[in-house]
Amino acid sequence: MQIYVCVKHVPDSAVNITIVDKNSIDENITFLLNPYDEHAITEAVQIKKNLPGSEVIAVCLGKTDARNTLRSALAMGADRGILIVSENGCDSIETAKALKAAMEQDGSPGLIFTGRESIDAEGMQTMFRIGALFNFPVATNVVKLDIEADRAVVNSELSGGTANTYDMSLPCVIGAGRGLNTPDYPTFRDVVNSKKKPIKTIVFSELNIEASLAGANIIELEPLQQKREPKEITGDKAVIAKEIVKILRDKAKVI
Amino acid sequence: MMKNIGIIIELDNGKIKETNFGMITLARADKSQLFAFVMDADTRDLKQELESFGITQLVNISLPPDQQNNPVIRAKAIINAIKAFNISIVFGLSTAMGKDLLPRIAALIEAPLVMDCFHVDLEQNLVKTSQYSGKTIATIKLAGDVLVLGVRPNAVEPIKAQDPGQILELKLDGTHLVSKGFSVIRTGEADKSTTIDLVEADVIIAGGRGMKNSENFTLLSTCAEKLNAAAVGASRVAVDSGWVPYAMQVGQTGEKVSPRVYIACGISGSIQHFAGMKTAGMVIAINTDENAAIMSNCDYYVKADVLEIIPELTKLL
Repeated sequence: MQIYVCVKHVPDSAVNITIVDKNSIDENITFLLNPYDEHAITEAVQIKKNLPGSEVIAVCLGKTDARNTLRSALAMGADRGILIVSENGCDSIETAKALKAAMEQDGSPGLIFTGRESIDAEGMQTMFRIGALFNFPVATNVVKLDIEADRAVVNSELSGGTANTYDMSLPCVIGAGRGLNTPDYPTFRDVVNSKKKPIKTIVFSELNIEASLAGANIIELEPLQQKREPKEITGDKAVIAKEIVKILRDKAKVI
Repeated sequence: MMKNIGIIIELDNGKIKETNFGMITLARADKSQLFAFVMDADTRDLKQELESFGITQLVNISLPPDQQNNPVIRAKAIINAIKAFNISIVFGLSTAMGKDLLPRIAALIEAPLVMDCFHVDLEQNLVKTSQYSGKTIATIKLAGDVLVLGVRPNAVEPIKAQDPGQILELKLDGTHLVSKGFSVIRTGEADKSTTIDLVEADVIIAGGRGMKNSENFTLLSTCAEKLNAAAVGASRVAVDSGWVPYAMQVGQTGEKVSPRVYIACGISGSIQHFAGMKTAGMVIAINTDENAAIMSNCDYYVKADVLEIIPELTKLL
């Protein structure tokens, strides 16, 4: 089975974001493999172990630098990579079309993974768009996955610890959630070996993506200002508790 | 031209969840009429409330038997309503249910979608949402015949309509809908009455390293029970230590929440944690370490052991 994992090259969540040219960010910062995609890769590699003869292919749409993220995916166990190079930002409609075209050109997906969202754009929709384009069933925030012959049984987590269990025919699209597994971080040898694995490069324009009338463009980014002015609550524990109750009642008006 | 706006109403045990009213308030615009979409609902008790917020059409869509929890069927039912009533903008909540429904709708009709919106300008089709782990606010321009918008729960204060029109009830048959290759085996709905959705909670009490172990989290849940609609959350440290399940995690790789009050108990306040709760109305931090990042990034702070303060607080509630 060919298992495709769509990965994204995103800014490290610990770095500061500086806005440039009104709607872009200064990209001279650390980028890495989107954290949810690590769960996707880990799961794909695990499935491959149980289904001999399978192949795990990491696909990434991004700028030339995104090659580093594909290398991380290869170090985590993907067999090869496909980089779709686009120097312009793509919205999720274009992204899904490009990923679909690249996968279709490359082979025949038996299973497709994405992370449940990217930590930069936080769009939460690429897996559904890929599914709609292929006409494959989709589940997101998947925290448990069992592949049984031609079906996938998944737990798709809601909040509060509850999950829905869905049965999907294969091929299907899985948005990996954090509870799915514990990512296997690569050893030094994995990293060295990954350098020998192939990465195919495709230029976005060569995919001849049909333009859509529908789209979403970021026209402005602004920093989210913190306007909090911390005030200390002091006293013994009884006094503090009384003061908190007063704040909840009079200021926040939640009780 | 008159715009038809569709609003997907989330019900809880047949009642309208409070957070819908903020969404309707956000969706109200000049030269538009508001359609509320519900599925297999008993509409008798819904009409009056929806009417007071400015809804003029209530569309009740009937689904195939036992398919109320199938997100594919629900998405198709909404798409039928979009077509039947010539809807140009669809609003839904960015709740757990919304995250599994709105992207399905947008994907199937190739419409643009922005989740977690907290501001909209329907004249210019502009929406605001946060990006980069809550570090930036993005203004996004949308284009398309139909736009789909996920509204961040609690982001908008509900205001009743000044001059509401009379509500008209309409029915739409969706009993023929199918979801090929996709079926629901089990739903977690049954447990939902006992757990309050983190994303929708008015108040969140969250615990971190300072909680020390799993048992101490019951102090937080006991306290939460005494507060109206409070939920218990956790930092990544508490989750990774195995004290509480992943589903309770607030932050970068957990839930992003906007409660009216966020009480951070023994949480240091890493950038990744802030990513999930930065937009809270009020933050109260309790921590023994006065140098913890959260202490300089909150509205009120208490330098004390959370294990002593919380039981004291519970007594008073």
